[in-house]
Amino acid sequence: MKIRLDHVVKTFQTFRAVKDVSLEIESGELVALLGPSGSGKTTILRMVAGLEFADGGHIYFGDQDATDIPVRDRGVGFVFQHYALFPHMTVAQNIAFGMEVSKVKRDKAAIQTRVAELLHLVRLEGLGERFPAQISGGQRQRVALARALAVDPKVLLLDEPFGALDANVRRELRRWLREIHTKLGITTLFVTHDQEEALDLADRVVILKDGHIVQQGTPEEVCREPKSAFVMKFLGDANMLPAEVRDGRAHVDGAVIEVSGIADGKAELYARPVDLDWAASGPGIPASIARVMDRPGGRRVIATTGSGVPLELDLEPERAVKAGDTGYVTLRRATVFAA
Amino acid sequence: MRRNVLPGLRLSLGVTLLYVSLIVVLPLAALVFKAASLGPQDYWQIVTSSRALASYRVTVLAALGATLFNLFFGLALAWVLVRYRFPGRRIVDAMVDLPFALPTAVAGISLTALFTTNGVFGSILDSYGIKVAYTPLGIMIAMCFTSLPFIVRTVQPVLEDLDPALEEAAQSLGGSDFAIFRKVILPLLTPALLAGVSLSFARSLGEFGAIIFIAGNQPMSTEITALLIFIRLEEYDYQAAAAIASVLLLTAFLMLAVTNWLQARALRYTRRS
Repeated sequence: MKIRLDHVVKTFQTFRAVKDVSLEIESGELVALLGPSGSGKTTILRMVAGLEFADGGHIYFGDQDATDIPVRDRGVGFVFQHYALFPHMTVAQNIAFGMEVSKVKRDKAAIQTRVAELLHLVRLEGLGERFPAQISGGQRQRVALARALAVDPKVLLLDEPFGALDANVRRELRRWLREIHTKLGITTLFVTHDQEEALDLADRVVILKDGHIVQQGTPEEVCREPKSAFVMKFLGDANMLPAEVRDGRAHVDGAVIEVSGIADGKAELYARPVDLDWAASGPGIPASIARVMDRPGGRRVIATTGSGVPLELDLEPERAVKAGDTGYVTLRRATVFAA
Repeated sequence: MRRNVLPGLRLSLGVTLLYVSLIVVLPLAALVFKAASLGPQDYWQIVTSSRALASYRVTVLAALGATLFNLFFGLALAWVLVRYRFPGRRIVDAMVDLPFALPTAVAGISLTALFTTNGVFGSILDSYGIKVAYTPLGIMIAMCFTSLPFIVRTVQPVLEDLDPALEEAAQSLGGSDFAIFRKVILPLLTPALLAGVSLSFARSLGEFGAIIFIAGNQPMSTEITALLIFIRLEEYDYQAAAAIASVLLLTAFLMLAVTNWLQARALRYTRRS
């Protein structure tokens, strides 16, 4: 089911949570709404679900205007950050709930068969008789997903689905959700503030800030061509160096980089830690190493430039550097935004 | 004993145990002892005398009626207080505790004044042929009044803590309001409702002050058990008073035991495997 948001607005008391958002989600697509807290991403998701009503604009499911359809008739599956499993029901009863209260009557055997299928899909066979309090967080979230899928929703909506889980479980569930999406092909929209999660999982990432969409595109597009300093910074660690643009070139302390489409004047140069390198002799930006942090995949170096700007560099594990060394930071690549 | 980080275990435990013994266990033991001094035959004769039986009947039936009424009304009141914001909500909320704070005799006198045939409510009801004062119905109303806070105050916090996401989830799964109430909200409130019911019922069984004014106190029809005990005391028949009191005591105990068991059953889902 294709979803289309057309100039959607939502205000809470005096706070404009969502300001004129238009967005299209193709049928079968897996889309992430990514943004810091307060960016309106959860409000958008809840409006698509029908858990909040838009103050302005329209939401279409396919060709149907769904703006005013209440949640129970909208045919969406919603997965909550804190699972929202019914604590007094077993896992199987939780999954069966939607089928039992549905206007479409199913007999007991059909419900049981479907519950067994879903337990298999979420790999929780044998846990049907447990209560939510008796299973782990990751298992609870899988039950929540099975429960949402039980009613054959046209759209699956997930609100920070892995936010409450530890890093390892999170990665595993991410991969697994992708598999389920591939298998079922159901249009899915999920909210996250974790860029890694959005980039790992989604076909398309929609980045929000203060109730606006600031950029959307495939993970590749948003990573390679961030359109603003905000997106650059939000998607991952980024170093900022004040720069001066003259005749299509950005000048930083001791480095020059070609730029296009930026007017002469003050600018900001952004570079990821992997975009920077370290050399004992020039040319480059003179700097001294303040600290070296070792990580499994390499060495993160914190260096301070001559003008006092702190920079983070990712170097290969073999590189012999230590705090106190002086040398030069070189730029492999960088993105420049007008200041 | 396991080492405990918090200080003062021995002192606080000692003081509370002593207090519980002196205030609760000792009087109850004295009561049972006094009743037991009768011997089985006399005891049985006193507790099954027709006047005593009639008093149990009216007390238990009125208490059941009052508790049932409070179950619905108390739940509704708690629901309104938690779910909706309306002007005067805090005043209503504060008024719920009034039956606790008010001297029961005051409540009894006010209710009697309202419900006698020339009272404000009583005169209206009388024109429909309904008599409240000096009938079992009056006893029930007095019990309703004094035991209402129990249900409201046990249900209210549970209702407040109910995660709104549960209802949203149930809605997104297509549940109607009624289905959500019956299958999600009510089961989650059941333990609290049971606790409130048992307290409300126990309180109604033992209520004295509020009832004697409105009850009429006719032996065999509107004489509650607590009053019968009082009458026996006034006659210096301590043993008979203790015997009848022991029946009330036993009933209250049974009631608490049964509701505790039901509550534990209703809460079994919270146990980790």
